[in-house]
Amino acid sequence: MEPLGSEGPGARPFDLAIVQTKPRKGRYGENLDALREVFAQIGERPTDLVVLPEAALTGYFLEGAVYELALAADNFATDLARAWCGVNGGRAVDIACGFYENFEGTYYNSAVYLHVEGTAAHVLHVHRKLFLPTYGVFDEERFLSRGRRLQTFETRLGRAAMLICEDIWHSIVPTVAAVKGARLLIVPSAAPGRGVESGDELASVVRWRSILQSTAAEHGVYIVYAGLAGFEGGKGMTGSSCVVDPWGGIVVAAPLLGAFVLRAQIDPREIDLARATLPLLGDLRAVLPDLLLDEELPIPRGGRDAAGH
Amino acid sequence: MLQVIEGQGRGAAPPSLNAGLAARWLEAFLRDEICERRSIGRAVVGLSGGVDSAVTAFLCARALGPENVHAIRMPYAASNPSSLSDARSVVEALGIVERTIEITAAVDGYLQFEPDADARRRGNVMARVRMLILFDQSAKLDALPVGTGNKTERLLGYFTWHADDTPPVNPLGDLFKTQVWELARYLGVPQALVDKAPSADLEADQTDEGDLGITYARADAILAQSLVGYSDAQLIERGFAADDVRLVRRRVEGTHWKRHLPTTAMLTNTAINEFYLRPVDF
Repeated sequence: MEPLGSEGPGARPFDLAIVQTKPRKGRYGENLDALREVFAQIGERPTDLVVLPEAALTGYFLEGAVYELALAADNFATDLARAWCGVNGGRAVDIACGFYENFEGTYYNSAVYLHVEGTAAHVLHVHRKLFLPTYGVFDEERFLSRGRRLQTFETRLGRAAMLICEDIWHSIVPTVAAVKGARLLIVPSAAPGRGVESGDELASVVRWRSILQSTAAEHGVYIVYAGLAGFEGGKGMTGSSCVVDPWGGIVVAAPLLGAFVLRAQIDPREIDLARATLPLLGDLRAVLPDLLLDEELPIPRGGRDAAGH
Repeated sequence: MLQVIEGQGRGAAPPSLNAGLAARWLEAFLRDEICERRSIGRAVVGLSGGVDSAVTAFLCARALGPENVHAIRMPYAASNPSSLSDARSVVEALGIVERTIEITAAVDGYLQFEPDADARRRGNVMARVRMLILFDQSAKLDALPVGTGNKTERLLGYFTWHADDTPPVNPLGDLFKTQVWELARYLGVPQALVDKAPSADLEADQTDEGDLGITYARADAILAQSLVGYSDAQLIERGFAADDVRLVRRRVEGTHWKRHLPTTAMLTNTAINEFYLRPVDF
């Protein structure tokens, strides 16, 4: 896995495609076939990274069927690599995609990042969703286990982190990712839209956009948000995929609901400029230890939390 | 002295609606559910002459094309003649396919054996006969029945269980009645239907608000805030009348069963919808 350009990983602009999928519920093979056609379309232009949504090839609300459709990360990565290579030959690409993971009988809502070269899939990272929404319309923790670690990882495009859907709603998560060196946050998501009372957009979409833009601008990171699309039993997945630059600006954004391919160029030099202009991340690095080591924080110490439980 | 700017509380107004946004969302819902998921492409709607079924027909026509929407008018002998003409105005406005099927013979064919049936029972029979016809027309026309029930009547239990609520898709079920009116105005539903007093038209001179004992505007405002979690005391503090709050609370809490499938005795570790869980679109 050679870095793009001679200056090292993450130094050169690269080309990105987001595939906003609208899968048929539970029809993994059929959805993979459809993705192969999209990969052929994407391969007509230089593409360094392809990002897909949460549960991109199964649909999101699976209930008990999640146990039938969950895959080992290596097997899922192999399926993606074969789909790419089948239509684009040996052209190298990186792919990030959400899926339901079966890890030795424990089930996670995960995202895999792989580098495809030749016909081989090199899994660089698997992120297991930390925050499983289990309230209202959501019921993830009834079926799935929580991920316990947030890791950043090196790619030929620079250091990245993946945060799945609600993960990024907790501002501490992208904060930790940025402090740990991530310059690119990849956010696969499946967001059921709601809120039609006022405004020109769904309230949930406005909220998402606000979180993504403020997070990108606070830490000086690119955010690639890939949203699942289509109705699932009356619940409309908003799509609304987008790329946000390190200034908080929207580079490209998809409309509601439908299947789309979005394209954008990511220029890592923008990250350095944004951080030099507004050095919040540098300030945070200096103060974070003081904040986190504060003994009043309810963090378990020595096996007990601050309340002594 | 500095000018003082007061914060605005939520107040007692009914919920608002961006009707254009809602219409686009619901059209996409109908296309996804009817065409893509079920590969059908046609809808059948019972057109009563009221605003709910009119809005449903308008949405279906936008989503599927008017030629793919079959409106069935199902009058009973005692139905208000204006219901039939109001339904006709929707058909003419949209250019959808229309058929009128009298239900009098079917309803009276049964009720002749039940001469003592009161108005409530007679109304229930009418609603169930209409649904029987709608589903048979669905089979005949290869068209999906589309429901017309709104959130207010669902919450207040103001519908015939497993009759009005049976169609497999329903675009209006998460919109309060006052929001349906907003949507009707946006879609261009004939003004007479938007302005007239809502009625199930199962009895002479019947109106929804008369039956319910509260206006839709007041009920919707209470429901919208009650569902978020505000207590009765908080609602009264916000300016709602205590009698209205109690009436709405009583109706909602007395009708939870109407918003569920039948209660099934659980005996195993594979009880359907208890242990064996699959989404409706799987």
